[in-house]
Amino acid sequence: MKTRFVDSGFKKAVTLLALSVAVLTCLLVYNMAANAVPAMQKFGPAFLFTSTWDPVKEIFGALPFIYGTIVSSALALLIAVPVSLGIAVYLAELAPLYIRQPLNFLIELLAAIPSVVYGLWGIFVLAPFLRDIAQPFLSNYLGFLPVFKGEFYGVGMLTAGIILSIMIIPTISSISREVFLTVPFTQREAASALGATRWETIRLAVLGYAKPGVMGAVILGLGRALGETMAVTMVIGNRPEISASLFAPSYTMASVIANEFIEATSNLYLSALIEVGLILFFVTLLINIAARALIWKVLSKAKIANI
Amino acid sequence: MNNCKKRKIIDKIMCFASFFCAFLTSTILIIIFGYVISKGAASVNIDFFIHMPMPVGEPGGGMGNAITGSLILIGLSCLWSVPVGILGGIFLSEFGNNKLGAMVRFAADVLNGIPSIVIGIFAYTMFVLPMKSFSAISGAFALGIIMIPTIMRTSEEMLRMVPNNLREASLALGISQFRTITSVVLKTALPGIVTGVLLAIARIAGETAPLLFTAFGNRFWHQGLNQPIAALPLQIFVYAISPFDDWHRQAWAGAFVLIVMVFLISLISRLALRRKI
Repeated sequence: MKTRFVDSGFKKAVTLLALSVAVLTCLLVYNMAANAVPAMQKFGPAFLFTSTWDPVKEIFGALPFIYGTIVSSALALLIAVPVSLGIAVYLAELAPLYIRQPLNFLIELLAAIPSVVYGLWGIFVLAPFLRDIAQPFLSNYLGFLPVFKGEFYGVGMLTAGIILSIMIIPTISSISREVFLTVPFTQREAASALGATRWETIRLAVLGYAKPGVMGAVILGLGRALGETMAVTMVIGNRPEISASLFAPSYTMASVIANEFIEATSNLYLSALIEVGLILFFVTLLINIAARALIWKVLSKAKIANI
Repeated sequence: MNNCKKRKIIDKIMCFASFFCAFLTSTILIIIFGYVISKGAASVNIDFFIHMPMPVGEPGGGMGNAITGSLILIGLSCLWSVPVGILGGIFLSEFGNNKLGAMVRFAADVLNGIPSIVIGIFAYTMFVLPMKSFSAISGAFALGIIMIPTIMRTSEEMLRMVPNNLREASLALGISQFRTITSVVLKTALPGIVTGVLLAIARIAGETAPLLFTAFGNRFWHQGLNQPIAALPLQIFVYAISPFDDWHRQAWAGAFVLIVMVFLISLISRLALRRKI
């Protein structure tokens, strides 16, 4: 009798605790939405499409931040995707067996570096390097493109994109690598038997087969990039302007929250910032669901929890 | 024949490009480490660990309060997220093959994907607004939320890896389900679960964004759980964006200590897992 009581009590207790996680998630959405209501009522959908951000007059439009987030993340993907795929191919297909493990460990170490350390490195090493060397170079040779025009500040969209790309490379490359490893060996043998070179085997048999998983990895990387706060805040320059040039300072959704939340004295200001957070939440939620659905297709369910 | 040569050249180029990507990325890692070590290690000394920050302009001082603050925050967040995470993991693996389990799994995945700054806002609305003060508790709440999904899903996986024979053998001996789970299943899976907890700690040790408007930072020693508290990553951030050279130097030192801390934790967690296999 006592045993049954203890058993059912234990089951109820763990169920309750597990449910509390679900409740917490719902509470998060509700709480943020409730606190964002004043801004939603005042500005409506125009919040997403106006580019004035004036705390003094209390006019808030999130367009510059949305633009900054999208462009910095796109830039990060542009750099990180080819590099990560290169790493994943090398680690899964080409590298001599004895260096696969250590190299994999090295790449994964990148993921363990705290984002504030990336920011520190970005401010004091990457930004001066870009300002003094890379940006004059780009402007000299590719200056006819509007993206490479303007003053050299060091901090700005380009710096943020590069830092972000370094931060998401381990995510994309490690998942892609795992996806490549699930490609059946017969696929590669078939391609080789038809006379394909090493690269053709990889392109036809491995990359073709692993496409959905790689897409998932890329989207997951995008999710990381969109929500990344500290490193970006430290190097993007924090100016709410939309500029075609990648050299110009910009602002992202996450970094405006990080910078201005404490200063937000009025209710409407705070509410506008929370609405920015809410948008960020829903975007990353959709992206993560999409990514998981894609990776699920390829990897077994068990492996996914570690991602 | 020409075509064949072209294919071989493309093969060479692409394979080299692939190698170059791996080489480039490891080089960047080494460069980052090089900077942190060369700029940071020189400034790390005993004073750095036992002193509070000095006012601007006075040399010396350290991040002692930030380091203890970080440890307190980590301890506090473990205090509530480790039980919730592990017991939630037990629910998922032992009783979770139903709709409820799927729901909890989904919730954990959602939490896992949320940008940490958003979790900071949530903690702000939950604790800072009602209490009208930044506090260590709100910071620990935010960090705990970040830890829970990791702990829960790794615990679930580790518990699932325990062979069903063990459960059946224990139940066949007439041992209650509660005792079976706690003394047999949990005990077998323990190294893996410890790994999950350590990984979660390594992840939050460097978190800055959710602490900006919860723990807030403090220039003094720990003053109570309902008061703002210093944290190492926060201090690094504040010092890094300050205009003072001496503070920049300390920021590098803080980064060095932080990285060593995070890597030690990751290393221990890897060792814990290896011993099991």
